[in-house]
Amino acid sequence: MKKNYQKKIAAFIIMVFMLAIVAGCGGGAKDTGDKAGDKADAINVGINVELSGGVASYGTNAKDGAVLAIEQINADGGVLGMQLNPIIRDCKSTADEAMSVSAALVGEKIVAQIGPLTSGNVAGSTPIMMDNKIPMIAPAATAANVTVDDKTGKTNEYIFRVCFIDPFQGTLMAQFAADNLKAKNAVIYADTSTDYGKGLAEYFKKTFVEKGGTIVGEEGYVKDDRDFRATLTKIKGMNPDFIYVPGYYQEVAPLIKQARELGITAPIGGGDGWDSPDMVSVAGNDALNNTYFTNHYSSQDTDPNVVKFVEAYKAKYNKDPDAFAALGYDAVQLMVQGLKDAQAADSVKLTAALAQIKDFQGITGKMSIDEQHNPVKAGVVIEFKDGAQIMNTRIQP
Amino acid sequence: MLEFIQQLVNGLSLGAIYALIALGYTMVYGIIKLINFAHGDIMMVGGFVGFFSLTIFQTNIVTAMIAAMLTCAVLGIIIEKIAYRPLRNSTRIAALITAIGVSFFLEYVTIFLLGPSQRVFPDTAFPIKAYNIAGLSILNKDIFVVISAVALMLILQYIIKWTKTGKAMRAVSLDQEAAVLMGISVDKTISITFAIGSALAAAAGVMYGVYYSTVNPLMGIIPGLKAFVAAVLGGIGIIPGAMVGGFVMGLLETMVSGYGNSLYRDAVAFGVLILILLIKPTGLFGKDTGEKV
Repeated sequence: MKKNYQKKIAAFIIMVFMLAIVAGCGGGAKDTGDKAGDKADAINVGINVELSGGVASYGTNAKDGAVLAIEQINADGGVLGMQLNPIIRDCKSTADEAMSVSAALVGEKIVAQIGPLTSGNVAGSTPIMMDNKIPMIAPAATAANVTVDDKTGKTNEYIFRVCFIDPFQGTLMAQFAADNLKAKNAVIYADTSTDYGKGLAEYFKKTFVEKGGTIVGEEGYVKDDRDFRATLTKIKGMNPDFIYVPGYYQEVAPLIKQARELGITAPIGGGDGWDSPDMVSVAGNDALNNTYFTNHYSSQDTDPNVVKFVEAYKAKYNKDPDAFAALGYDAVQLMVQGLKDAQAADSVKLTAALAQIKDFQGITGKMSIDEQHNPVKAGVVIEFKDGAQIMNTRIQP
Repeated sequence: MLEFIQQLVNGLSLGAIYALIALGYTMVYGIIKLINFAHGDIMMVGGFVGFFSLTIFQTNIVTAMIAAMLTCAVLGIIIEKIAYRPLRNSTRIAALITAIGVSFFLEYVTIFLLGPSQRVFPDTAFPIKAYNIAGLSILNKDIFVVISAVALMLILQYIIKWTKTGKAMRAVSLDQEAAVLMGISVDKTISITFAIGSALAAAAGVMYGVYYSTVNPLMGIIPGLKAFVAAVLGGIGIIPGAMVGGFVMGLLETMVSGYGNSLYRDAVAFGVLILILLIKPTGLFGKDTGEKV
């Protein structure tokens, strides 16, 4: 009798769990965005971005950029005579969630997916897109292995991006140092504890030497270092025209401060790891003069396309668009270009067209998709002037 | 030549910071034979107390440092009472593991309360003046850290050698049971040891923060490790040894970066530690007393 009673309780508990799981599934589908299939002649575009969690600001801004692009296109009559229908879902800044969101979006018959933002979350979503043969355009995933399979070295057929990969910034800065700053001798002082620092340094060296420059010294520091004076004193003795410091702002800010304290006046350059308000508060306005870093985009760009985009974005959202917003916008525009080239709202044809895109004019620069699905495109050089970030120039590779 | 002197200045000021942290390390070890791995994190707490007293209460640097030292002295006493005292009669390894636990606890509680990002000291906290003597760049903060490190070492040496408390500390260090029989309160003496050691860490934390303009919850790990090496180098438990160890460590790192390759800096620094432990296991200043049985 007692045993039977226990069994009943167990069965009851299992039932409660099952109900909870089913209810949970139902809740997941009730996100923002229009239901699929409402409009028969619409092209469903999945937007799988981080709207909550650690990098919610990336996803939110990219979504805003993407939605702006879709609204503009729909107002102009849509693509192939059809309207774009965005289906917006939150991947909660985790790779697991990015995966299940992608699976849900596939069920809603999307033609392509925009997002997620971080390389890790893109990796979560990748297998679903590959299995279902639906292209994904990642706006801002910069890790090299996003579009290329690490094990086989083969390009992931259905994965594209509109941002350049990290190391490419080294190429851009080398061009800037050689052409714009007329530097002949450069020293590289890289964060050797990260792939980011090493990659940028490698590409910088390659391009700078190709341009006829000489690398007179290669030094390194590691994450969490705070004292750089020994190496900087050595660098001062080498008397370089340019110092390349690819790394993150936590280390770069005190590094630049100490360099200036030691009397090094040469221009110093780096990558988008510098982009933080802490640069100015730690290093100070004076020390940062004559320093430059590369980035995807600047809202101060005077290019007419960018000005138009910034105005439209400000009018709609009442804030300045950051790089994520611009890249989100470009991801949608690239997809639209692909649809026009393919002349069909079909995922496989769209994928083939995307891989062939040449000289597409986006907000973040003119880009061509290479065989590894990375865009070959321009970047901007931003200069610190009395503590303010001023766009210096746009560099076309 | 000029470059070499500049490197000496660089090395001395870096070494002074290591020496400051190493002082507290070596003192706690000297008295109760515990490697207090939470020392670097007490330093971090000190750095944050200094930061908040400078920014929120708008105090000057000296007041901030005293506030940090007092707060951390209390923190040190509490940590000892809760975490180390119950383990005083258990194995050394148990106490060591507990110290690592305390270290993580302090780090992640700080992250939980204040967030993981770094905080930036205001420029006004310590206005920087640069002295350029014949092309040599010396900053007032370099002079400040070297002088404070030496001064704190002298004060510490005085307390241990010439005061009654110091005498009690040395007695406890030598033989706890005999000290009890002589009417010395071991608990109280160890509490005072922790208070002083933690106050030293706090002073180092504020100085480190001011020197490099930032504090963050994980800032104590690397300097803590380096200072530990410095303390072992000089002979752990010996106050002047920590001082010299700190300076040797700073100069060594500077010279490797300056004249060798910056990529091998830590490898050489820790390689020297291994060499010293092989050749003279008691450290530069250590006397071979033989193991007590």
